[in-house]
Amino acid sequence: MAAVTPLLLLLLLSSAPSFSSGSRNAYNINGRVKIPQGLVDFAGLGTKGYALPGRMSNVKVLLNGGQNITFLRPDGYFSFHNIPAGTHLIEVSAIGYFFSPVRVDVSARNPGKVQAALTENRKGLSELVLEPLREEQYYEIREPFSIMSLLKSPMGLMVGFMLAVAFLMPKLVENMDPEEMRRAQEEMRSQGVPSLSSLLPGGTRN
Amino acid sequence: MAIMSFIFVFFFFSSLQPILSLYEDQVGLMDWHQQYIGKVKQAVFHTHKTGRKRVVASTEQNIIATLDLRSGEIFWRHVLGPNDVVDGIDIALGKYVITLSSGGSILRAWNLPDGQMVWESSLHGPKHSKSLLLTTNLIIEKDNSLIVFSNGRLNAVSCIDGEVLWKKDFEEESLEVQQVIQPPGSDFIYVVGFAASSQFEMYKINAKNGELLKHESTAFSGRFSGEVSLVSSETVVALDSTGSILLTISFHNGKISSQQTPVSNLLEDSPGLAIIIHSSVTGIFAIKTDAATIFIRVIGEGKLEVVEKTNHETVVSDALSISEGQQAFALVQHAGRNIHLTVKPAHDWDSSLLKESIKMDQQRGFVHKVFINNYIRTDRSHGFRALIVMEDHSLLLLQQGAIVWSREDGLASIIDVTTSELPVEKAGVSVAKVELNLFEWLKGHVLKLKGTLMLATPEDIAAIQYMRLKSSEKSKMTRDHNGFRKLLIALTRAGKLFALHTGDGRIVWSHLLQSLHKSESCRQPIGLNLHQWQVPHHHALDENPSVLVVGRCGPSSDALGVLSLVDSYTGKEFSSLRLVHSVAQVIPLPYTDSTEQRLHLLIDADKLAHLYPKTPEAIDIFQSEFSNVYWYSIDDDNGIIKGYALKTKCSGNVADEFCFDSRELWSIVLPSESEKIITTATRNLNEAVHTQAKLIADQDVMYKYISSNLLFVATVAPKASGEIGSVTPEESWLVVYLIDTVTGRVLHRMTHHGSQGPVQAVLSENWVVYHYFNLRAHRYEMSVIEIYDQSRADNKDVWKLVVGNHNLTSPVSSYSRAEVITKSQSYFFTHSLKAITVTLTVKGITSKQLLIGTIGDQVLALDKRFLDPRRSVNPTQAEREEGIIPLTDSLPIIPQSYITHSLRVEGLQSIITVAAKLESTTLVFAHGLDLFFTHYAPSRTYDSLTEDFSYALLLITIVALVAAIFVTWILSQRKELQDRWR
Repeated sequence: MAAVTPLLLLLLLSSAPSFSSGSRNAYNINGRVKIPQGLVDFAGLGTKGYALPGRMSNVKVLLNGGQNITFLRPDGYFSFHNIPAGTHLIEVSAIGYFFSPVRVDVSARNPGKVQAALTENRKGLSELVLEPLREEQYYEIREPFSIMSLLKSPMGLMVGFMLAVAFLMPKLVENMDPEEMRRAQEEMRSQGVPSLSSLLPGGTRN
Repeated sequence: MAIMSFIFVFFFFSSLQPILSLYEDQVGLMDWHQQYIGKVKQAVFHTHKTGRKRVVASTEQNIIATLDLRSGEIFWRHVLGPNDVVDGIDIALGKYVITLSSGGSILRAWNLPDGQMVWESSLHGPKHSKSLLLTTNLIIEKDNSLIVFSNGRLNAVSCIDGEVLWKKDFEEESLEVQQVIQPPGSDFIYVVGFAASSQFEMYKINAKNGELLKHESTAFSGRFSGEVSLVSSETVVALDSTGSILLTISFHNGKISSQQTPVSNLLEDSPGLAIIIHSSVTGIFAIKTDAATIFIRVIGEGKLEVVEKTNHETVVSDALSISEGQQAFALVQHAGRNIHLTVKPAHDWDSSLLKESIKMDQQRGFVHKVFINNYIRTDRSHGFRALIVMEDHSLLLLQQGAIVWSREDGLASIIDVTTSELPVEKAGVSVAKVELNLFEWLKGHVLKLKGTLMLATPEDIAAIQYMRLKSSEKSKMTRDHNGFRKLLIALTRAGKLFALHTGDGRIVWSHLLQSLHKSESCRQPIGLNLHQWQVPHHHALDENPSVLVVGRCGPSSDALGVLSLVDSYTGKEFSSLRLVHSVAQVIPLPYTDSTEQRLHLLIDADKLAHLYPKTPEAIDIFQSEFSNVYWYSIDDDNGIIKGYALKTKCSGNVADEFCFDSRELWSIVLPSESEKIITTATRNLNEAVHTQAKLIADQDVMYKYISSNLLFVATVAPKASGEIGSVTPEESWLVVYLIDTVTGRVLHRMTHHGSQGPVQAVLSENWVVYHYFNLRAHRYEMSVIEIYDQSRADNKDVWKLVVGNHNLTSPVSSYSRAEVITKSQSYFFTHSLKAITVTLTVKGITSKQLLIGTIGDQVLALDKRFLDPRRSVNPTQAEREEGIIPLTDSLPIIPQSYITHSLRVEGLQSIITVAAKLESTTLVFAHGLDLFFTHYAPSRTYDSLTEDFSYALLLITIVALVAAIFVTWILSQRKELQDRWR
């Protein structure tokens, strides 16, 4: 993106009645779309050539739900011509970026005055410079291969559980006190199948 | 036990992440995307430089695009707004594409290599007029300049930055400027036109500063009509309004002299009304009459001579200057299956530079336009290439007697789409070209495994990707088990039917419909919609399925209708008929005859119902269901919705037993001063609903009100039907209705104050979701209304069910006045909408997602759970478990749930969902200028293994387990042995 002098930025919000136009109440809306330099290269579109990176030539600016469409100049400026006074909505369509729609009030009483506010977060704009709120990543990122991810997968968990049962359980039994073990076995024998009463809360013996 | 529960929790969390989206390397596996530009209006070649040869085209769909001249691929493309019609295009300075659009008020320059807009200027003028764009090599103040005439003003614009160098108004009220001419090598411009239709005006203007040098005019006794044809830089030919007198007007050196020649002098037989064909060939012009196209040469001093009279459809190109002072033009004529391309020099009619005959597909119809370009052959002679636009809107490049490439740009204007099943695979017939053997299969899976373990080399990755994309499985011409392979049948505005394979998007067949062909009796045929006529299963499997194409002969609703029946396997039109009545509505009835032909009821403009097919069997079936047929009509202009039922046979003078009279049952009249209908929505007839009851958190049951006769209507204040921002919130409102179309009962009515359209709505099961603009918040909103049947609510009492005192078995009928309750909620949504639909699965078990076509031409999937009227800020624990999401004021946009991922479906018009046989999956087809197709599983593919499931990993695991069992067995035996020895 070409560097823009501060002087130009000051002129952004000027919206003069379109020069010598036939109708009196037609105005121009001028603004600028700014995509941060650093973002352009990794616009979530990858480098494999599935889509063009978020180039300025693929950005569209839409007024009132597509009633007027305009495109960006190389420096990011855009303008809508012959717009009646009133409240309008500007949307920016750029693959890879999320832009908030902008409410633009073109005043009829005070020609040349344009007020703008982002509708997503109600933030007022002192000048009509539209910047993406965030980047949009359309693809899931493949996690690089790791032992953890393999272990976390259902099959890995199954194997892990089986290993645990196969190796840890005998160890647990081994470490048990032989006395206690015998008692437990006896108890189980005496009980046979667990009775209903033992399952009920409060119905447990000892 | 603790371990088990821990594992369950772990499982639960690991499966909670909603990964519905794609990995980047999965692009193209299940989806395909095709780009089109539409019917070409004007084309300019760019072949001077040694770089890539291009052609720049503007189309009727307001697109400006550059195509590769070698392959026809799109380099770049811009879709202008709906009102931004392109008036003219040209190339300036060899690097900029100049477009004049919006009735001549916007002039833009685009960088030729990459399509970046370089400058834009807005041109205004005193009055509306014809727009003309003229590129010159004039240099004004060191800048190359363009001359633009638009809105009654002549502008000279700099090519470099779009600055207006000078302007000159032509304010005279009645002046109609026809041509702006710059004689080659001069520095003045002629502006010629008619004033008050009977006076010829000529202005000579200094091209350097816009100064008026001379103004001459001459009166003519008759009236001028239409176009003028330029036969030299200082002579024009015009026709009078009767079409019988030709005027040759020359303004050499600013002196006007005219000559009148009656057309009948040139031709022996009276030709009838003639019109001038616009062309720019020096010395020759063409007029077209009903019967023929006549080429006339101007031989000095206004003398005319007929050089050729052709009776075929003939198309002429503009002149192309091939060398110093020499011009050539192309003629294309039809002769049976061939077209003849002739390139002639302008000065000598009898000779020709090129004569070629090319075999042309009959399904492309006539040639509509031709553009030519020349190149120098190695032997220094001139070669020509021609770009032709056909009747079906396709674009072809002809060179050396052959078609170099063709583009099916008719697909940029699809009117309606339906689907058809493919033939069943027969035993013994192998359809796949390459059947993989076991070794290759295993090799493929080992490669895949390497890919998942990230051990693959870049070559391996490329091989995997190729293997996945080129899977022969998905493009077979037979039915598959999962129902993914189907034919998409699309009707285009040109009256052509295309069948696309869902596997890879290729065109299986295409057919230019005879019934939608222009003829004496049907001057302006237009296609309306497609219906499935015959869907054979069970006992009529030998029949091929067929589709019904409905059209009418003209734009008004009382024009006569036309029907065509097309075989969906072969594309043959086996029946085509012109109806004697109009078609206002087509109702597919839920009855089929013994050959599985579906009965259709066509309602004409006089509210008479006509039954098709016209067979005795159909009438028998229909008679028995006679009293169950209801329909409704919506009159948008007057705000009246009416319901009808059938009465008797037609009482016309002709005994037509397939025609029925209707009677009006009910009508809803909306107050026209406060409400205007803007949108209606109904349920998709193919939608299956799995369960009527909805279990809610506290073990309670709600019964959905499910009726196929539900109609959603949205109205706005008439003042607010315009664009956003034209009204204040106080004078704008949106009213929505839910209406039962059998009884006319309004089930629900709701008003949104301070809101306005456009409204997009989708109705499914027992809910409707609609999108509109809230003027107070100045944001878009989406609302949901769910409708529940209260009269069934008592059934949840267990005792009633036991005693049998319930009404669950009573049929749902529109006659019983069900007590309904509705729940509703609204949320903000960021984007404007172009289309909205809902996923459709075969049994309706899978949870639903909304598919939203945004203004950026992307398709976003949004879970229906986000639009649930029971959402609250703090859901209780029970509600959370049920899956209710805490309430937020706006709907989330998750970039990964764009099903079009990083693609755009330019000019998106509608999204069509079709159920696959696999319950989890919906087939989604989005069309506009582009086509996009994908499989979408709203709750993931829970009923089949995913595509990247690694069979090899499974095999290896099993082998490893078996090996481990053996090893442990041997080990344990050894240990036992050792224990015994001890």
